[in-house]
Amino acid sequence: MEEKKGEVVLFGTWTSAFCTRVELALKLKGIPYEYVEEDLTNKSELFLSLNPVHKKVPVLVHNGKSIAESLIILEYIEEGWNTTPKLLPEDPCQRAKVRFWANYFDQKIVPSFYIIFGSKDKEREKAIEDSSQLLKVFEEGIEKDFPGQSPFFNGEILGYLGIVIGSHACNYQAVDEAIGVAIISEKNPKFLSWVNTLKNCPLMGETLPPHDKLVARLSARLKST
Amino acid sequence: MGEEVILHGTWASPFSCRVIWALKLKGIPYEYIEEDLSNKSSQLLQHNPVHKKIPVLVHGGKATCESMIILEYVEEMWPQNPLLPTDPCERADARFWIKFAEEKGPAMWTVYRTSGEEQEKAVKDTLEMLRAIEAHGLVDKKYFGGDKIGIVDIAFGQIAQWLGVIEDIVGVKLLEAHKFPRLHAWIKNFKEVPIIKENLPDRDEMMVFFKHFREMLLTSSRDS
Repeated sequence: MEEKKGEVVLFGTWTSAFCTRVELALKLKGIPYEYVEEDLTNKSELFLSLNPVHKKVPVLVHNGKSIAESLIILEYIEEGWNTTPKLLPEDPCQRAKVRFWANYFDQKIVPSFYIIFGSKDKEREKAIEDSSQLLKVFEEGIEKDFPGQSPFFNGEILGYLGIVIGSHACNYQAVDEAIGVAIISEKNPKFLSWVNTLKNCPLMGETLPPHDKLVARLSARLKST
Repeated sequence: MGEEVILHGTWASPFSCRVIWALKLKGIPYEYIEEDLSNKSSQLLQHNPVHKKIPVLVHGGKATCESMIILEYVEEMWPQNPLLPTDPCERADARFWIKFAEEKGPAMWTVYRTSGEEQEKAVKDTLEMLRAIEAHGLVDKKYFGGDKIGIVDIAFGQIAQWLGVIEDIVGVKLLEAHKFPRLHAWIKNFKEVPIIKENLPDRDEMMVFFKHFREMLLTSSRDS
């Protein structure tokens, strides 16, 4: 398959982990792109025309066509540029498992993080416990489905599941600082160790939002609610 | 691919039907196991410990769960009669609509399962979903897949029969032909595809089943 050429533009916001996912994938594949910071309180006409159904970031524009939804964009990048490294495993059964857990993370765990962030006191304590239970299911499931291997990396290199989990979870220290309590605790030691391994990845470090800037933004958001 | 294919499903489930349609469209022989959801088999619980739901596809002893993930797996293992386009951009578009179907589809089931304010909101959400599909999903196309049905048509299959059953039971018309001409035409075309026609659950049986189930749900929610 030919190398895809043509302009790649990513519309995103610097605080969005969904956007981080796309940047990680583009960088891993060595795909040059232009990044456009979109003001979500004042969405541009151009942006709204690119994602008329959901009006959300990230949106990837390639050769004038727009693709929305972070996981879909990742699959598009994988298929559209036949370059290494591969983001997804080769084996269809492994691919299904990786997609299943990415789906689980997005359907269950990400919302549980938002609930923790948006609640207070006793409600927040409960939200942290609920999230921890979901993370336990995740830990057990990953160990069962990928015995003796890390599904977050393809060899040494970050893979699809590492991109999906890391983009949200690697920001945990900034969230902890902003809300004053640990969002991921020692109750989930495996998950914490996976996330810390992902954090140590240089590409993750350069792509995640800067710690202090993120703490400031999250704290401001908390104060305004 | 000589390994055994087993599908755990239930006859009335649109999610189960998605997998049946895909397997039949590709001519893949399989063994079907009808699950009793009030008494789930040990194999089902073993194969889907996380969600404990159907459908589950077991191929060569390995289980795949979640209907649309199963369909991507089936597509990759058995490439004949492809359900996804080959062009990456068109594939991304198809996946967008699959995700949309997964996220917005539950609203119609909330209409079915609830009453009062919760149901009113679900009616609004369902209408919003239908409007988005009508406006953006079927422009100049007979099927979501183009000239023949594809994975998105399968994903939206519940609109073709289950939505009508919900409308009749609940007594609310959501998909009016004059408001949703494209969707209305699509439903007719979709149900005429031979594989779909032969593999839709019987509508009368669905009415009996879903009516009874709804009565049970509403009674138990009143009592709790």
